[in-house]
Amino acid sequence: MTSASRKAYGVKGAPYAFLLPATTLFLLFFALPIGYAVWLSFHKVKVSGLGLGSGARKEVWAGLENYTDALGDSELISGALRVLGYGCIVVPVMLGLALLFALMLDSEKVRLAPFTRLAIFLPYAIPGVVAALLWGFLYLPDVSPFYYVLEKLGLPQPDLLDGGPLYLALSNIAVWGGTGFNMIVIYTSLQAIPVEVYAAARLDGATPLQIALRIKIPMVAPSLVLTFFFSIIATLQVFNEPTTLKPLTNSVSTTWSPLMKVYQDAFGKGDIYAAAAQATIIALATLLLSFGFLRAANRRNKQEAAR
Amino acid sequence: MPITQRRRLIFRSAAVCVSVALGATALTACGSEDDSEAESGPVSLTYWTWTPGMDKVVDLWNKGPGKQDQITVTVKKQASGDTLVTKILTAHKAGKAPDLVQAEYQALPTLVSNDAVADIAGEVGDAKGKFADGVWQQTTLGTDAVYAVPQDIGPMMFYYREDLFKKYGLKVPATWDEFAETARALKKKAPDTDLTTFSANDSGLFAGLAQQAGAKWWTTSGEKWQVGIDDAASEKVAKFWGGLVKEGAIDNQPMYTPAWNKALNTGKQIAWVSAVWAPGTLTTAAPDTKGKWAMAPLPQWSDSDDVTGSWGGSSTAVTTDSTHKAAAAKFAAWLNTDGDALNALAKEGGIYPASTSAQLSGAFTTPPDYFSNQPDFYKQAAEIAETTAPSAWGPNVNVAYTTFKDAFGKAAKDKSDFAAALKSMQDDTVADLKKQGFEVAE
Repeated sequence: MTSASRKAYGVKGAPYAFLLPATTLFLLFFALPIGYAVWLSFHKVKVSGLGLGSGARKEVWAGLENYTDALGDSELISGALRVLGYGCIVVPVMLGLALLFALMLDSEKVRLAPFTRLAIFLPYAIPGVVAALLWGFLYLPDVSPFYYVLEKLGLPQPDLLDGGPLYLALSNIAVWGGTGFNMIVIYTSLQAIPVEVYAAARLDGATPLQIALRIKIPMVAPSLVLTFFFSIIATLQVFNEPTTLKPLTNSVSTTWSPLMKVYQDAFGKGDIYAAAAQATIIALATLLLSFGFLRAANRRNKQEAAR
Repeated sequence: MPITQRRRLIFRSAAVCVSVALGATALTACGSEDDSEAESGPVSLTYWTWTPGMDKVVDLWNKGPGKQDQITVTVKKQASGDTLVTKILTAHKAGKAPDLVQAEYQALPTLVSNDAVADIAGEVGDAKGKFADGVWQQTTLGTDAVYAVPQDIGPMMFYYREDLFKKYGLKVPATWDEFAETARALKKKAPDTDLTTFSANDSGLFAGLAQQAGAKWWTTSGEKWQVGIDDAASEKVAKFWGGLVKEGAIDNQPMYTPAWNKALNTGKQIAWVSAVWAPGTLTTAAPDTKGKWAMAPLPQWSDSDDVTGSWGGSSTAVTTDSTHKAAAAKFAAWLNTDGDALNALAKEGGIYPASTSAQLSGAFTTPPDYFSNQPDFYKQAAEIAETTAPSAWGPNVNVAYTTFKDAFGKAAKDKSDFAAALKSMQDDTVADLKKQGFEVAE
């Protein structure tokens, strides 16, 4: 009786014992810091008098004040709009190019495929800050070889670090760096498509273009969804490129993207409470947007499967 | 000779001290005013600083006076300026700030208001006489307390290409009106060339220029802060530069960019309003023009004036978290007043000392390498440093500085109203003070 109950207990407890390390790590290094950030976001500092000397500064409960401030902050909202505009350029261009390159590499006639694949992938291996610095130099009229050539040819030299072209300049850095990674993801799933499918299609008289459009693209749709999902998150979190370009031009403010605003408030202005609230809002927005997209994509997939 | 006599006296008393120490009697006999570390035995201190070569200067201490007092200092190299302030405040929150920190003058009120740096008036009060009043006042915040020992200062000056000024027939401007005329005259003679640029990426430059004009950005009245960022003096400075940018007499691109380096190096920009540390920057930014630059006092707002602002400069502070405040203060005083220490600081760290006696001795008897054509560089610099206007920093300089970058960056880009940018800087600073709960006088 006792041995039987102990046995039952041991079996019941085993999954929990296996879960324990992961749960502990999750709580310590994930839930706890996030919880602390949320806790901070509901507080603020209260100074009395001139604020000099000890004990003049107290941490007090702020309620939703930081959140209402953040949502009413025109700079945060215009930062979000700027990032939206940037994302509208980056995501379609980057994924379009990635798909195109993947399809080209997957076609049978391509030469030097391994080399080309590596060459397109290589920029992804370059750290974002380095890439932004590199492009920054190329965008500055006084030191850029491009401008030198344009000048010699007598062509107009656009100011890439201002107004609309600035979005193109920033997007270019992201596209240059991100296309390779997305291409590899799509290419890998293209490679997983069984050859019989193509053989059947060819027997039916399909041209390579038709194969690409009617067979390959629909079959790699899950990878496309995945890369789109990653790209949205990366776009919402854009920070490296504008931060690196900021010292080079007056056009990029210290609060250009929402994350830059968080950084500025936390480390420039020293207001970690407001920064925590903004970070929470950005995290929630990212979650909503990306999972919203995933659900929509899944629903469509299911509908198609049902058809 | 009275000087030699005095020196001999010091030597003798030092000899007495050493013999007393050797006689294994109490170290306190050597006249150390703080008795706390004498009773606590060996002390080791940590020092956060960004000055290059500081470890070598600290070695002098560890092998010399520090060894005698059993105070060992360890240097931990840090990022400069505001980044370090954030790090200090974070460490202080955890109660783990190092014993000693380097802090720019404008950051001291922020550190004091966070209760991160300690009042060391008792330990370093005697050092007051070694510094100009305006410099010392920045470490007391106008109170009886002393929160740091001044280390280096950045009196502002006017740097120009001597050869190109001659070539274009320009005179070194003595007033800001002449400065504007010079900029216009140059534009007429060489349309592709700019006298200088208005850069919005370093707030310290504008703060220094406003300080020269007599601005007092933060003052206190009773228990209230008063913010005067948009006072008449600052507005005058803002409108002056805004006007030059608007009419195209000077450039509006930021400095410290590859393009700026190239402009200085190729003579596309032929002057720079900067501070005493400019030779170091020019050496890396414009290496090909070495020996072609000259330094002059900053242009004045009226003929009768003789004032300058300061841009940069830092101090050594003792933190409230330190358990050996007296020992730390002793080191801070030695580092910034001892002749050998300051010489080593100048040689290894390239700093311009706040201590007035050091400004003309040792490393500062010869001009910087880049300015070998101006033998009296440091003599002039010391004279200019004496004319530094008092500064008035408050507890949220960081907020004013970040707003400056965005507001003036935009105004410079659009060539729009600089006074409006100044107003938004004022408004943001006041709003932040109020948000934190400071009392603000309107």
